[in-house]
Amino acid sequence: MNEFLTALSEYTFLQSALVAALLASIGCGIAGSYVVVKRITFIAGGIAHSVLGGMGAALYYGVDPLGGALFAAILAALLIGWIRLQWNTQEDTLIGALWAVGMAIGILFISKTPGYQTDLMSFLFGNILLVSEKSLWFMGGLDALLLLAVVAYHRQFLAVSFDEEYARLRGVPVTFFYLLLLVLVAVTVVLLIQVVGLILVLALLTLPAAIAEHYVHSLGRMMLLATGVGAILSTTGVALSYSPDLPPGPTIILLAGAAYLLSAVTARALIKRKREKAQSSSEAP
Amino acid sequence: MTQIAPPISLEALSFAYSELPVLEAIDLEVHNGEFLGIVGPNAGGKSTLLKLIMGMLQPQQGTIRLFGAPPHKTRNRIGYVPQYPSFSRDFPITVEQLVLLGRLGCRGNSSWLTSLLPGRYQMADYHAAQQALQEVEAEPLAQRQISSLSGGQLQRVLLARALAGEPELLILDEPTANIDQRLEGEIFELLRELNQRLTILVVSHDIAFISSYVTRVACVNRTLVCHHTDAIDGSLIQDLYGEPVRMVAHHH
Repeated sequence: MNEFLTALSEYTFLQSALVAALLASIGCGIAGSYVVVKRITFIAGGIAHSVLGGMGAALYYGVDPLGGALFAAILAALLIGWIRLQWNTQEDTLIGALWAVGMAIGILFISKTPGYQTDLMSFLFGNILLVSEKSLWFMGGLDALLLLAVVAYHRQFLAVSFDEEYARLRGVPVTFFYLLLLVLVAVTVVLLIQVVGLILVLALLTLPAAIAEHYVHSLGRMMLLATGVGAILSTTGVALSYSPDLPPGPTIILLAGAAYLLSAVTARALIKRKREKAQSSSEAP
Repeated sequence: MTQIAPPISLEALSFAYSELPVLEAIDLEVHNGEFLGIVGPNAGGKSTLLKLIMGMLQPQQGTIRLFGAPPHKTRNRIGYVPQYPSFSRDFPITVEQLVLLGRLGCRGNSSWLTSLLPGRYQMADYHAAQQALQEVEAEPLAQRQISSLSGGQLQRVLLARALAGEPELLILDEPTANIDQRLEGEIFELLRELNQRLTILVVSHDIAFISSYVTRVACVNRTLVCHHTDAIDGSLIQDLYGEPVRMVAHHH
C-alpha cells in the first residue's frame, strides 16, 4: 500500500485513475440505486452489452469510441424501454436478443478494423490506468447531467420507480420518465465502462446500491451511501491491484462482490438480533 | 359548466378483452355526494369498470365522462385506493414519502406542461400529507418504512395517499379484502365521515355488509343494475349470483 501511495504522488496516470474512480462512483450511486429498487438489472445488462455495437462502429469509422458508446447506449435504452412498454409478454426474450445482437455487431466491426485488436480487451474489461484527461472531462460532464436530472425530477423518478399505475393516475407522464430513467442508466454505463469495461459494468452498477439498501430506508440516502461505497470500492481496488500488477477492473469487481456478500450476511444477522431483542423485550413484564 | 357536471357519467358503455365481452351497455350516473357501492361476482367486470372510469382502459363503445370531461384530463381529481398495491413492500420508502406521492399532479390542470415541472415538494404538500395521515389516524407511522406496516396500517396509509391529492371523488377497490373484520368496520366508519365532503365509490364482494353504509348499490355482472339500499333482499342477491345465497343479518 505504501508503494502505491508513493507512486500516486509521482505518476499522473494514477491520479487520473483515482479521479475517474470517484467520478464513476457518482453514477453508480444515482443510477445504480434506481436499477436496484426498480429491479431492472436485466434491462441495465442489455443496455451495457449492446454498447459494444456502438463502440465497434465508432472504431471502424474512426470516431471517438466514447461518443459511439454514448450514442449506442442511449439508442439501446430507448429501444429496450420501448420493447418493455409495447411487448410486455416477450420482454426478457427480446432484451436477451438485443443484448447479444449488439455485442455481435461490435465484434464484427472490431474484427474488420485494422490494427485495433488490442483495444478490445480494454473495452471489455476496462482500463482505468489509461483514462485520458479528455475522458475525465467527458465523465465529469456526464455526472453533471445525471445530477441535474435527478435534482429536477427526483419526485417523478420516485413515483415511476415505486408505483407506475398510481403515477399515471396522478398525471405523471410515465412513459417519458421511464425512458429518461433508462437514458440515465445508459449514461452511467458509459461512465463505468472507463473503469471496469462493459462486461463487468453490471456488478459495479448494482453492488454498491445493493449494499446501501441493506442499511437505509429512503432512496435519497441510498444514493448517498451507494456513492460512498462505490468510491471506496473502486479506489481501494485500484490501490490493491497496483503492487501485484493485477488488472484494476476485475480487482474492483471481486472486491465489490466480497463486500456485498459480507454485507448481506451482516445485515441478516443484524435483523435477526433486532427481532430477538424485540421479542425478549415484549416477553418481559 | 364543470360545477354542475356529475363526478361520473357512463353512457352505453361496452368493453371486451379481445373477443370476450366483459361489460355491455352500461349506463350509470354518480351524483355529487353519493356513496355508491359496486357489487357483483368475481370476474363480473367490477375492476374493469374501475379501470375504464380512471382512463386506464379505453372502451370499444359508449362514452365516459369524469367531471364532464374525458377521464385522462380530470383523473387527478380522483383519489384511488387499489385492492392489491402495485408496488413492492420492500421498496426503501417511508410512509410520509409514499403519501407525498399522492400530491403529484395537484398543481393546476393536468396538462403536459405542469406534469414536467421540476423541483421539490412545497410546504403545502407536506401539510396536506400530514393532514391526510391525521385523518386516517396514521400520523405516528409517518417515518416508518412501509415493509414494517401491518395489512390494516398499509390500507390506512394508501387511503391517506388518496386523500393527500385533495380529491373530489374517492374510489376504493375491495378496501377491506386483506384486513380482519374488526378493522373493516373502522374503515367504513371513516368512509362514512369522509362522505360528508366527498363522493365515494366502493367496490366490494360483501353486499350485505356494505348495504348498511352506502346510499345506492350497483350490481355488475356484465350488465349493470342499480338499487337503492332498502330494496336489497335475498331474491335480488340470488339473481345476481345465480345461486342461492344465505344472508346473514348484521346489526351494528
